[in-house]
Amino acid sequence: MTCLLRAQGLVAGWQQPATQPLDLTITAGEVVGLTGPNGVGKSTVLAAIAGRAKVFAGRLERAPGIRLGLQTQDVPPVVGMPISGRELLALTDATPTGLPPWLADRLDIRLDCLSGGQRHYLTLWAVLQAPADLLLLDEPTNNLDQAGVAHLTAHLRERAENGSGLLVVSHDAAFVGAVCDRVIELGAGDVA
Amino acid sequence: MWHELFLTPFLTGLALAVLLPVLGSYLRLRDEWLAALAYSHVAAAGALLALVAGLAPALGGLAAAGLAGATRRLFSRRLSGGAADALLLSGGWALAVLLAANHPLAERLGHALFDGQLYFADAGQLGLAVGGGALALFALRRLSRHLLLARIYPDFFRLRGVQAWPIAVGFDLLAALCLALATMILGVMGAFSLVFIPPWLAFRRAANWRAGLRLALAIGALGYLGAFALALALDQPFGPVLTILLVMLGLIVA
Repeated sequence: MTCLLRAQGLVAGWQQPATQPLDLTITAGEVVGLTGPNGVGKSTVLAAIAGRAKVFAGRLERAPGIRLGLQTQDVPPVVGMPISGRELLALTDATPTGLPPWLADRLDIRLDCLSGGQRHYLTLWAVLQAPADLLLLDEPTNNLDQAGVAHLTAHLRERAENGSGLLVVSHDAAFVGAVCDRVIELGAGDVA
Repeated sequence: MWHELFLTPFLTGLALAVLLPVLGSYLRLRDEWLAALAYSHVAAAGALLALVAGLAPALGGLAAAGLAGATRRLFSRRLSGGAADALLLSGGWALAVLLAANHPLAERLGHALFDGQLYFADAGQLGLAVGGGALALFALRRLSRHLLLARIYPDFFRLRGVQAWPIAVGFDLLAALCLALATMILGVMGAFSLVFIPPWLAFRRAANWRAGLRLALAIGALGYLGAFALALALDQPFGPVLTILLVMLGLIVA
């Protein structure tokens, strides 16, 4: 299988190192979970892979030319803006095909007129369905009800079967168990 | 007679009434509406400085605002929370008032810049407003998707290996030049009211982005038409009439 990402002894952080050294490989078609207690730097690892946070030690290699997709826990600032769901998806070249029925018929409504869960799923969908080889997802089940989590799980598996690699950070053990091929637990402890 | 006296100013202002609400929508999207007021004050100061130095005021205004737009990003990194715009606005205002207070010619032009001098617009300004406005609208159309993405998914450019700063600096420069031009013709507050109020109303009411642009443009153009007729009928300066009309419209609709 094509290796999309390889990290060896990766230590990431913002102003200073914030994670324990991490070894990680993600191949095409694989869903890898990244778990661990709050504060161990799971989101920081995603940020480092995406080029937002610094790599303080170790090696981080991305396959040449791969396209990344990143979903963060930051809520896109759409409140007060006249932007519809359909316009949001068009921005990232995401297709609405495959959206759950409870969202598909609400695409022409302003994002700030949707419920928190609906808005979260649409902003997540705009990342999930954008053209990308490796998707980095940070707590994607936040704000989602059971139907949303079930739909997301099925969609992520389908995305992996179509050849994308996924790295998923989540505290939702049931979701991680259902969607991930393997799980890496990021350890706590003093950062070198 | 009406044609000679009023048609050129009318068309000049109309071109700006179409451009400014659309530009203001993107400034509002980026939460940079205060920058519009800053650019207007810097343009006024630049025009007065040029006049005192024996140069063409219009060139001075465009150059000063263009410089502010091109370098604004350098300051705003260190001066967050709109402080860069507030400092530019305050500095521009102070310099303009000091120049007007110490130079008789600058005093006259200063009044014209702050009050608005639409009725004195000439064919050259009409050409600038129509030509520059059309170019600016074309540029905004090309930049639109990038500006929306930069606001909603700021990581998108980094993930695609694309530099985001040329788009940001290009937009700042475009906004600064448009505001400088509008300030020379409509005055500081006339230009600002067209940049701020129509998008503010449209953002509250529109169902989507495209509809928001159309609504902002319609409010701006209708407000302008009403203000032009009202100012003529009541023999009042255009800038304050436009601003009061848009403020009243804003209070009623909001």
